Amino acid sequence: MTISYKNQFARKGTWSAIGFTILLSACGGSDNNSTPEPVTPTPPAPVTYTYEVSVTNLTNAQPLSPVAVILHNEGALFELGASATVALENLAESGDNSEVLAQDMVLAGASGSGVIMPGMSDTVSVSLIDTKPMMLSTATMLVNTNDAFSGINAMSLENMAVGESISLRTSSYDSGTEKNSETMATIPGPAAGGEGFNVERDDVDFISMHSGVVSNDDGLMQSVLTQAHRFDNPTLAISVTRVE
Amino acid sequence: MKFIKTASAIALALSSSALMAQELEIKFTNLTQGIYYTPILMSAHDDSMSLFSSGTAATPELQMMAEGGNISGLVTLLEGVNANNAANPAEGLLAPGESTTAMLSTDEGNGYLSVVTMLLPTNDGFAGVSGWKIPTEAGTYTFNVNAYDAGTEANNEVINGAGAPGALGIPVAPGMDAGTGGTGVTTEESNKTVHIHRGSLGDDDLTAGKSDLDNTVHRWLNPVARVTVTVK
Repeated sequence: MTISYKNQFARKGTWSAIGFTILLSACGGSDNNSTPEPVTPTPPAPVTYTYEVSVTNLTNAQPLSPVAVILHNEGALFELGASATVALENLAESGDNSEVLAQDMVLAGASGSGVIMPGMSDTVSVSLIDTKPMMLSTATMLVNTNDAFSGINAMSLENMAVGESISLRTSSYDSGTEKNSETMATIPGPAAGGEGFNVERDDVDFISMHSGVVSNDDGLMQSVLTQAHRFDNPTLAISVTRVE
Repeated sequence: MKFIKTASAIALALSSSALMAQELEIKFTNLTQGIYYTPILMSAHDDSMSLFSSGTAATPELQMMAEGGNISGLVTLLEGVNANNAANPAEGLLAPGESTTAMLSTDEGNGYLSVVTMLLPTNDGFAGVSGWKIPTEAGTYTFNVNAYDAGTEANNEVINGAGAPGALGIPVAPGMDAGTGGTGVTTEESNKTVHIHRGSLGDDDLTAGKSDLDNTVHRWLNPVARVTVTVK
């Protein structure tokens, strides 16, 4: 689990400036024994905002790639009807969440501990110091697909108090960056072991709701998938809790 | 007891949206990857009107819309009850991934919003919401919409230009991505009331098979559309 604290440095700048002034006056004081020791004011304790995100896989046979959870004040993970970012394309085609976590808008990000098998859950904790985050986004790939993902896009955290929790069920989206051929060569999950990310965009190139997998059993002869890999919405149960 | 009931009924009526004229901005987004929407009808009307109801047979006007994308019957029906309509805001088809926005000024008493549009290519699939109570408080309200089957035509999935009520077949696949030569998926429609659409079957043979639809392009899962209403 990686946690980064990009935004704290901006605020820290102010605090170290205050610290520097105090240090100077303390030095001045030590030169002259007749002046009483100055009282060093304690800087306010840093405030930590921590959110726990629990993700449960509701599908029958779609393992989920390690979940990416990000806190941000602007932007969004994606926009329906618009092109996917390359970062999201990576996650949706290969399950690799590293680029999503490294996006400029990310104030703090965390990855799940591993693949979430059907029926299983993972809880990811993400923290930010001194800045209250405005939004939370999370994404994971349904790995026995070409480019399906599910998650939360820019959920507002503004009115969330400590101890409060929000539970929701999410649908699956199609990143629109890879045609849903369902062939062995193009699906990276255990059902196929094929290619993950490919820079080529041979599909509609906009994000939509996913139409589900067809599977070989349901009439797509080239499909490596079976009836077991079909899914319906919702695909994830997510609960977000502000723990501090 | 009777007095108390009447009093609370009056209180409810006073707080109800039905008594206010409102300014609405309504955005409709196509959430699918391969389905087009026929001209969309958005309407604010009173509680005497219901465009559709699950488990109830479609009206002939709804059937016209669901089988051929023709909203004129519903518009006439709604004008008869002094509804406020935004008819065809996208000025034609709404392609996959696209959105359209309409402004709607509602008259006093028209406190319910309905939105309907046909899914192409389907036999009688439509998306919509019927009688959503418009909030009185200013703000932005978003909800997702499911696909329904009007229950008026068998889902044979054969594209033959048939869009008139009662004529079996799909009018057109606007994406020009469907096949031909389908023998027909079914000739039966067992549930003749409005119900949640079971989705299209499609097949992977564009020149034969049962269906003219492509099973990798013309299927969908709910929700199929998103409505965002801004109450000014």
